Amino acid sequence: MDLMSLTAVELGKKIKAGEVTVAQAAFAALDRIEETDGELNCYVTVADREKVLKNAEAVQKRIDSGELTGPLAGVPVAIKDNMCTEGMLTTCSSKILSNFYPTYTAEAVLNLERAGAVIIGKTNMDEFAMGSTTETSAYGATRNPWNKDHVPGGSSGGSCAAVAAKECSYALGSDTGGSIRQPSSFCGVTGIKPTYGTVSRYGLIAYGSSLDQIGPVAKDVTDCAVILEAIASHDPKDSTSVKRESYDFTSALVNEVKGMRIGIPKTYFGDGLDREVADAVMSAANVLREKGAVIEEFDLGLVDYAIPAYYVIASAEASSNLARFDGVKYGYRTESCDGLHHMYKKTRSEGFGPEVKRRIMLGSFVLSSGYYDAYYLKALRTKALIKKEFDRAFEKYDVILGPAAPTTAPRLGESLQEPIKMYLGDIYTISVNLAGLPGITVPCGMDSKGLPIGLQLIGDCFKENNIIRAAYTFEQSKKE
Amino acid sequence: MKNYETVIGLEVHVELATKTKIFCSCSTAFGGAPNTHTCPVCIGMPGSLPVLNKQVVEYAMAVGLATNCEITQYNKFDRKNYFYPDNPQNYQISQLYLPICRNGKVEIETEGGKKLVGIHEIHMEEDAGKLIHDEHGDVSLVDFNRSGVPLIEIVSEPDMRSADEVIAYLEKLRLIIQYLGASDCKLNEGSMRADVNLSVREAGATEFGTRTEMKNLNSFRAIARAIENETERQIDLLEAGKEVIQETRRWDDNKEYSYAMRSKEDAQDYRYFPEPDLVPVIISDEWLSEVKSRQPEFRDEKKARYVSEYKIPEYDADIITLSKKMADIFEAATAICGNPKKVSNWLMVETMRLLKENGMDADDIKFSPENLAKLVKLTDDGVINSSVAKEVFEQIFKEDIDPEKYVEEKGLKMDNDEEGLKATLEEIVANNPQSVSDYKAGKEKAIGFLVGQAMKATKGKANPGIVNKLLKEILDR
Repeated sequence: MDLMSLTAVELGKKIKAGEVTVAQAAFAALDRIEETDGELNCYVTVADREKVLKNAEAVQKRIDSGELTGPLAGVPVAIKDNMCTEGMLTTCSSKILSNFYPTYTAEAVLNLERAGAVIIGKTNMDEFAMGSTTETSAYGATRNPWNKDHVPGGSSGGSCAAVAAKECSYALGSDTGGSIRQPSSFCGVTGIKPTYGTVSRYGLIAYGSSLDQIGPVAKDVTDCAVILEAIASHDPKDSTSVKRESYDFTSALVNEVKGMRIGIPKTYFGDGLDREVADAVMSAANVLREKGAVIEEFDLGLVDYAIPAYYVIASAEASSNLARFDGVKYGYRTESCDGLHHMYKKTRSEGFGPEVKRRIMLGSFVLSSGYYDAYYLKALRTKALIKKEFDRAFEKYDVILGPAAPTTAPRLGESLQEPIKMYLGDIYTISVNLAGLPGITVPCGMDSKGLPIGLQLIGDCFKENNIIRAAYTFEQSKKE
Repeated sequence: MKNYETVIGLEVHVELATKTKIFCSCSTAFGGAPNTHTCPVCIGMPGSLPVLNKQVVEYAMAVGLATNCEITQYNKFDRKNYFYPDNPQNYQISQLYLPICRNGKVEIETEGGKKLVGIHEIHMEEDAGKLIHDEHGDVSLVDFNRSGVPLIEIVSEPDMRSADEVIAYLEKLRLIIQYLGASDCKLNEGSMRADVNLSVREAGATEFGTRTEMKNLNSFRAIARAIENETERQIDLLEAGKEVIQETRRWDDNKEYSYAMRSKEDAQDYRYFPEPDLVPVIISDEWLSEVKSRQPEFRDEKKARYVSEYKIPEYDADIITLSKKMADIFEAATAICGNPKKVSNWLMVETMRLLKENGMDADDIKFSPENLAKLVKLTDDGVINSSVAKEVFEQIFKEDIDPEKYVEEKGLKMDNDEEGLKATLEEIVANNPQSVSDYKAGKEKAIGFLVGQAMKATKGKANPGIVNKLLKEILDR
């Protein structure tokens, strides 16, 4: 039995039944990492076997004593390296945090630990989550398990590739402009970006605070719903955390979409969308129509404005969020310097990579006096208008359906040459973050190169259950 | 020389007296070992997030209400971005676009009369840590204990025209805030800090001159001196045909002069933007009226009430209400002993004297109103005489002793035994023939010497009334 081929829920059942021990499951993941990660580079840090064993044994005890009964008890998980883990290296794939061992654990990860998860490592990402390919990592690019000459997408490329390569049972990612949904699409896995405020950001190293959201990456929709149920919570330590009426996501795992109203934005199918991707997404829509969903096309406005608004807002917040990495308190400090300001400059010049520097400069520029109104304020107004466009759409539809990305995974190196083209690749995912909406990516086919294609389903705020139900129904259709 | 007018506006920072910091639950206590009152939030650890302390909002509201401000019921925090090692995130969470209070005013009184000083705004923000230089070789260290201590910044309009007005304004703010219990407002300890924006212009001009901002003013005296000095400096520049440069200056109170820290050209662009980690502060009508209803009686009302209710002179009321602490003691002691004027006298005369001698503030008073009330009763009832009472009060002031016990233990009760006293006085009269003849020659004052001798002989315990009466009887025999 290949434990790593099981979904998280399947593995959890076997552990609960006593067929597999927690340690066996964790070591299966570590063995797999040893076998394949040299080439794939999904991980920045792989947990020490002795520590994993200790944790696994502790979890095993809690399972055996009947204290832990949840579906994820004992299942090995990989955490994106922008979430703080106490005593475990947390780098954000940046040189500037190359020696950073947090003194506390992110709330979402704590929630998983409470559910009995065993952390086996920290996954690679674009440096500070800035990028769409996981190539901007200071620790080397991650490769796409489906074709190693291609990128896994990003910024949660390490998490998505690790799930696809069976180097973990599931993973946590974070999504600021598509960083869960786009790499899930490229790697053929399932990932959810929850409604903003659903999962605590405490301990998530911020990129764009008003857009960042942690979410699950897994083999199927069921796993994602179960993981989301475990990590979502109202956290008083995060002022933007929302007290939701319901944290039940698994009851939406229903194979039924009869009468569900699904809208397809015509604007999503214009120039730049790969033909094969468009076909796969449309045939997925047809599957849902055959299952009884009411599907129609509609005009979603302002799509073209999402990318500029996003890059202004996210960069502005990032320029401020990343100011704390200055060599004074923690992290990398330049070897030699002449006074305070020289220390700041050298530390940050040496510690940050080119994409991070680009966004810090962009963000500092749009916040400068004289430019603030023209850029930042205008972007905020655009954000509000985009939210209104979605509000209008959700008066008519339960779910909005479209691609997760315009293409399948590009070849390594291609995107770094053309940052603007890389930015444009976020067109279908970014507006979801600007509007704070939940979105899910589920695999919906392969292109002629053998690379996965992802279907994106977008829901109204706090309506994760609509997209989970639609995604689950679509997923079940493939088995029928 | 032309006639010049000085135009002054103040930016006053006040450290609020909350138990915990503005965005985390670390203690605000002063004087802990370096970096012991810290957590991931107030040392800017990656991934940490701020959570607003509600008490800070209430204090800011209360100060705003007391200074006649409009309360911004939908207010927000913004980030002020600048790099400095005492600022762990390299941004300060403050309020720029929607401060909690705006458009207030307070009335001040100087020798020139009464006037209103406008309050432009009051906003909430966090304090920075502290750099420690030169103690550890060639490195500087940072202590983040103060990082995240809540501050309000009160920005006045440029309505003041003299150092007197500035001091009166600061006194007014200090009293309001102390009465609210929102801060102890000590300039020398940094819980109140004032930056002075000053410009001069020809008398009668309508445009403002170029202003400078003066920092590092740690006492009212320093403020007055700095204003005088800066006014002169600017007038000298203008008289010499030169221009005043818009800049920030630092006052050196030992050398009594200021030097330029940075000019407008070096001024940083703080790249303010709304703080995305905090939600807007929404003050409901209910919350606002709740805070309103809890507002204490402020000094002006208290003063008026003391005169009408306790019938003490305005002069007394003025001094007693100069500190909330003193006013509280006055009311509590009066409630117990029922003799407001006597209580007032002890506070105005002996308490003020001892405070001055010991270099203390009224806030440093340690004694309880109960013990002061007991002392008043002891004198009212004729148990001790006034010179003994002074001695006892000094003990109360020093160690808050119980005067009843003290008088008992030390045997300080007044001696009312006429027979015993008579014998003592006969002896004194016999031993001082010169004073007796002086007295008989019409020098009434000579009796004072004899009374003094009697008090000495009785170790101060004799009832002075009885001594006087008996002496006269003996001498007039």
